[in-house]
Amino acid sequence: MNKGKAFIKRLTGYRLFLPIFCLVLVLISNLIKTPGFFEVTIKNGVLYGYIIDVINRASDLVILSVGMTLVVAASAGTDISVGAVMSVAGAVCCFILSGGQQTVNEFANPYILGVLAAILAGILCGCFNGFLVARLKIQPMVATLILFTAGRGIAQLITKGQITYIRVESYKMLGASIPGIPIPTPVFVALIVVLLTYVLLRKTSLGLYIQTVGINPKASKLMGIKSSMIIFLSYVFCGLCAGISGLVASSRIYSADANNIGLNLELDAILAVALGGNSLAGGKFSLLGSVIGAYTIQALSTTLYAMGVSPDQIPVYKAIVVVVIVALQSTELKRMINKLQINVKSGKKVA
Amino acid sequence: MKKRVLSVLTAAVMTTAMVLSGCSGSQTAATTAAPAETKAETAAETTAAKTEEATTAAAPAEKKEIVVGFSQVGAESDWRTANTESMKSTFTEANGYKLIFDDAQQKQENQLKAVRNFIQQDVDYIVIAPVTETGWDTVLQEAKDAGIPVIIVDRMINVSDDSLYTAWVGSNFLQEGYDAVAWLDEYLKKNNRADDDINIVTLQGTIGSSAQIGRTNGVEEKMKDHPKWKMLERQTGEFTQAKGQEVMESFLKTYDDIDVVIAENDNMAFGAIDAIKAAGKTCGPKGDIIIISFDAVAAAFDSMIAGDMNVSVECNPLHGPRVAEIIQKLEKGEKVDKIAYVKEGVFPADTAEAEKPKRQY
Repeated sequence: MNKGKAFIKRLTGYRLFLPIFCLVLVLISNLIKTPGFFEVTIKNGVLYGYIIDVINRASDLVILSVGMTLVVAASAGTDISVGAVMSVAGAVCCFILSGGQQTVNEFANPYILGVLAAILAGILCGCFNGFLVARLKIQPMVATLILFTAGRGIAQLITKGQITYIRVESYKMLGASIPGIPIPTPVFVALIVVLLTYVLLRKTSLGLYIQTVGINPKASKLMGIKSSMIIFLSYVFCGLCAGISGLVASSRIYSADANNIGLNLELDAILAVALGGNSLAGGKFSLLGSVIGAYTIQALSTTLYAMGVSPDQIPVYKAIVVVVIVALQSTELKRMINKLQINVKSGKKVA
Repeated sequence: MKKRVLSVLTAAVMTTAMVLSGCSGSQTAATTAAPAETKAETAAETTAAKTEEATTAAAPAEKKEIVVGFSQVGAESDWRTANTESMKSTFTEANGYKLIFDDAQQKQENQLKAVRNFIQQDVDYIVIAPVTETGWDTVLQEAKDAGIPVIIVDRMINVSDDSLYTAWVGSNFLQEGYDAVAWLDEYLKKNNRADDDINIVTLQGTIGSSAQIGRTNGVEEKMKDHPKWKMLERQTGEFTQAKGQEVMESFLKTYDDIDVVIAENDNMAFGAIDAIKAAGKTCGPKGDIIIISFDAVAAAFDSMIAGDMNVSVECNPLHGPRVAEIIQKLEKGEKVDKIAYVKEGVFPADTAEAEKPKRQY
């Protein structure tokens, strides 16, 4: 009895317990209405099933939330331009691969050139944001608001306001699957980004620096950490992630749709960070928490589709679940409940 | 502090903004209520404008050509570009017109300014493709006082007194829905499937946009005549290819026997086609699943030629000739209909190859 209690206490003590618990809860709830939710089959040589959809479709958001986590941790602010940066990256890539045409059936330039240019575009956007926040000390939300509004305009400018289609099979692979490999490619891309970032943060002292700067930039400066440099780098990294994510999103629809690529995804990315149990006030962070948060958001959308919730009501259900998850993780709520319990107990004793 | 940020965030996520895309998006029911400042500004400027009018009206010029002022929303999609081109190619000097074109860059303030400029320049006709539905009363009253007829194109406007505009030219989304059902009925009869049970799913546009409402209602109304047809589910794909694909993936897993997919714009249909292929099923004239789409943009013709899509119901941006017709009638002093729909076609896959070269957008 005591052992069991101790086990539960240890389990719930893990930092990632609540985010994982929420994700599992959302997934399990499907069994009520969609018993086949966890069924996985193979169609056309690719894994097929609801659960695969969740993992596949969440990839863009996972990549974004990795970058967002670092920005939040280092600067105690959010980068709201990531959705627009995705659109810029997609537009740049398609522009180079199409050579300025509206629809092409073969690459006008080598594929790798388009990919590199898109990633570079993401990094440049990140540099711009980083410069404004780290150097000019502009509020992160205001600084990134510039690209949030201008980004899609830039993307429109590149694509001349039209949707640029790249109808080449090899362009679709990044967003769909590579022949012979049963797992959708975006899953690998997300996995690689998460793993590399994790290793980078763990094997170097960068992770520690980011936390330090996030907790107290002045103190870390006195300690010899260039806090403005760390903040700058975190924005550059976030831009890089947005660039990669934009490539995946553009490849999914084999086109650059400047209006719609990554639309509203910045909000989901911030939400993913929050759902992962991270403080938006900066400092300590958990990369894996954000990743789990991103999967939770996608699991929720897929669940609502699977349950056949009518489209005009979907936002309400989403909001309810988000409120519940955020409330579950709130330390203030926990304290309130504890207090209540103590009051009840002491009340009994008196009686 | 932390919690406040969180609550702001959740609120922000809940009020996720709506999407514009393609033709359908361009017709999105506009955000309500013009800002109060605009109205105040309008009132202040009215007096100034009136004095201007008085001077210009006093000197009636001999009119050789018909001057038309056109305030366009912007250039957000290829549909919009085609719409602008149609106006520009209709109102040429060779046709006896002078077109003053104004690009409002998606802002109503710019449109209000443009209309006032048109009034000051004493144009003969004002044509507006409105950004939003509301907030037009004052400026249209000014135009009316100046005696300039106003023709609205594309989106409808919402004014207290509908004598403020002379005519409206645009798409009949309800009719597009009817057309889609009529085509399906005929197609099934041709393929001897008229007595079969038909299962349909719909990918709806952004909920609340006029294209979504019209097309959904049109299809629903006419489906009542076909008791054998069953609408399995409707879900929004927000007029985008990515969402259309995602929703279709879900449909395919829930229902094993989908016969027809109705996508309320072409982009969602492209996404649905990808999802169907990924699920190891086939679509198009030779496939298992019938794809019905709306808008008929250039890429839809490519898709039909490739054999993926069955039909696309047109959403015609070529408003120019229709507006010119109305202007000519008004010139002769004839009465015009308040509501004028543009002609819209239905393009099945077997005509796609022949039609494509003739298409202007």
